[in-house]
Amino acid sequence: MNEFNGEVRKMMIILSKATLENVYAAFVLANGARMEGIEAEMFFTFFGLEAIHKGKLEHLHTATVGNPALHMPTLLGGLPGVEALATNMMKKEMEKIDMPDVLEFLDILKASGVKLWACKLAMEMFHYKKEDMYDDLDGVITVGDFYKQGSGLGTHMLFV
Amino acid sequence: MQTQLANTTVDVNEEGYLTNFAQWTPAVAEAIAKDLNITLTPRHWEVITYLQNEYKNDSPLSIRKIGKSGVVDIKEFYQLFPNAPLKAATKIAGIPKPASCI
Repeated sequence: MNEFNGEVRKMMIILSKATLENVYAAFVLANGARMEGIEAEMFFTFFGLEAIHKGKLEHLHTATVGNPALHMPTLLGGLPGVEALATNMMKKEMEKIDMPDVLEFLDILKASGVKLWACKLAMEMFHYKKEDMYDDLDGVITVGDFYKQGSGLGTHMLFV
Repeated sequence: MQTQLANTTVDVNEEGYLTNFAQWTPAVAEAIAKDLNITLTPRHWEVITYLQNEYKNDSPLSIRKIGKSGVVDIKEFYQLFPNAPLKAATKIAGIPKPASCI
């Protein structure tokens, strides 16, 4: 913690999941960094790619199975429609606290100077093309490229 | 605590935000801006006036809201007040630092 007295200069946030709460957590962290004058870059990999996939980003869900914090019996969580219901409830609550939807949030991040990168390997695995993704994406890069982006003192990496 | 800004004594908190808006003057704003290495242009003043009006209306501030204000978009807001724009702009405007995560 000696560099810059431990001051955070740059956040490199890796998003690997597409559940609504994980996507929002990563977005809030990136946006919050910029609001504090900290640089931020995001790397979307594996299911995290859905958060920047134009055809999918508006249909992200909250997981109702395997999510003990919902305090819902696992069997119930698996019934048809339950996940959609929980997702709608969550979206309503988020609107109340002035939380933007996923697409608007991406626009806010981009306007705030957050760099958005898609993982090349995961893009190939899911057969996604750059045209399928959010228009203002900064690029499709390798893990090595992302590490290079994060070089320098005061950089922190976070895996969501 | 108190500090000297633009040849007047003003009350500030430990982060340097004015605690009494009545003590704010354009000269005080210039002094705070200079401290933050920001030179105020007419565009800055438009944003400052907007922030002060929102404050007077008890309306909570966030980056999203500023983007929808019609006064400035988010990109320009970051250009006008580099680094931490909401913190810097509210400080110059003489209003409290917003407790907002978005």
